[in-house]
Amino acid sequence: MAEPMKIRATMQGDKVEVKVLMNHEMETGQRKDAKGATVPAHFIQSVVATCNDKTVLSAQWGTAVSKNPFLSFRFKGGKPGDKVIITWTDNKGDKRTDEAVIAAPAA
Amino acid sequence: MNNRIMDQAGSAYREVDGKRRQVLQLGGGMAVLAAAIAAGLIKPELAFAQDWNKAAFDTHSVADTVKALGGGAPAESKDIQIVAPDIAENGAVVPITITSNIPKTQSIAVLVEKNPNTLAASFDIPEGTDPYVQTRVKMGQTSLITALVKADGKYYFVNKEVKVTLGGCGG
Amino acid sequence: MPGKLMRLVLLAACALAATAVAQAPGNDDEIARNRQALQEDNPAELWEARGEALWSAKRGPKQASLAQCDLGLGPGVVKGAYVQLPRYFSDTGKVQDLESRLVTCMVTLQGMAREEVVKNPFGSPEHQSDMEALATYIAGRSRGMRMNVVLARPEEQEAYRLGEKIFYYRAGPYDFGCVTCHGADNKRIRLQALPDLTQAKGAQSAYTGWPAYRIGAGEVRTMQQRLADCFRQQRFPDVAYASDTVTALTLFLAKNANGGTMNAPGVKL
Repeated sequence: MAEPMKIRATMQGDKVEVKVLMNHEMETGQRKDAKGATVPAHFIQSVVATCNDKTVLSAQWGTAVSKNPFLSFRFKGGKPGDKVIITWTDNKGDKRTDEAVIAAPAA
Repeated sequence: MNNRIMDQAGSAYREVDGKRRQVLQLGGGMAVLAAAIAAGLIKPELAFAQDWNKAAFDTHSVADTVKALGGGAPAESKDIQIVAPDIAENGAVVPITITSNIPKTQSIAVLVEKNPNTLAASFDIPEGTDPYVQTRVKMGQTSLITALVKADGKYYFVNKEVKVTLGGCGG
Repeated sequence: MPGKLMRLVLLAACALAATAVAQAPGNDDEIARNRQALQEDNPAELWEARGEALWSAKRGPKQASLAQCDLGLGPGVVKGAYVQLPRYFSDTGKVQDLESRLVTCMVTLQGMAREEVVKNPFGSPEHQSDMEALATYIAGRSRGMRMNVVLARPEEQEAYRLGEKIFYYRAGPYDFGCVTCHGADNKRIRLQALPDLTQAKGAQSAYTGWPAYRIGAGEVRTMQQRLADCFRQQRFPDVAYASDTVTALTLFLAKNANGGTMNAPGVKL
């Protein structure tokens, strides 16, 4: 069972700024372990972010995205209290979905 | 029951390295999925992972990547900004921010010229989303980073060199 | 004598290397900016979250949480605990640092076997480390607070003197001691500036950023692992996990860092 992401969604003016930290090894398939065996590639291939049933970002990744990936993007159409839902799928078919409630701007 | 449907839904399109996912052999996977979507149990865009563009992630040059993405020769553009360090202390984590000011930007891709495979990541920008992404990529060595933007069906790019060093003792 | 000649050659090589990168200091700002960018969205936050869950999870043969674990400010008090460690604990009768104290709590409160707890303490892609997650969470709860290690008891004073002695002790095939790299200003290795750990300024900048997400490892590491890595880089024998040696050296560095503001988890190479 994949580990949870850390998602922050805040209002920046009329836009929602989303920052995500994902828990994933992002193995390139080129590393050798302590015993000398090649560790197979294991990496997030696709990411989909939605808000209010609309896709606000979708991405395809390769092995060159850093381990414990970080992603940030901004979109219009969300307001405080709405949820941003993010799903990643990796090359082994593992998935992880987490959500965050959009926070009101700091006073 | 819900979990099983989600697993099957998530795996239905998996075919990695020629190995078919077991779920496909069970048969009825697609029917179950369709039923689940019809029943409102799964939102369509969440059920199907995007078909992963294997060809695009196997290329070794900017030109080949664009071709694999279905485009023609990209034009250099001053309306794309790359923010990345001049020197990366460790090539494992290089923060990149790309902003496109080209109207009708549809997608932004990050390419690392000298990596084993050029394409690192590609982002589709739906309407309403800023043509802006921030992420972190691995760089095997000092290299040009190319931000490739597709806007209104055409491709544009800008480069930035990032020097990759081997740091000191890690303190 | 071959030994002396070898040392001279090594010293000369180091000096050459040092002058070769003398121009590099101009890059320090760029490097600091880069680290700052990474720290704002630090992968270590994932460990912090896991550590927080581990603290209250009922685990071990006694199925107990760590809620009664005394880190020096009373049972269960986590906020501010890190800045007063290492310190003397009357229940064990010795000076302990954070990880040594966590070992004590896991053994006494949760009933875990010590050998199990100290085996494999550093995480890897193949296995997660609970210690690192807990240490990250606990240190994170001292964020913004000033280091305040007090050498009130004779045991603490003795441990500090021992740590100082270890710091200056030269050994191994290179005849290095911590002091070799960290005993004076303006030393560097390649692009990296080496802090002078004998002075407050250097000790503060070094100590307050641990635990940290070590980019090269893709894992969060504690001060202890950094020390173990230094030992390895000096080609010293391995230092035992949660040993008195580690505690003494940690106390020496922590006390020197007094007044510095905790900013962990940080980001390091």
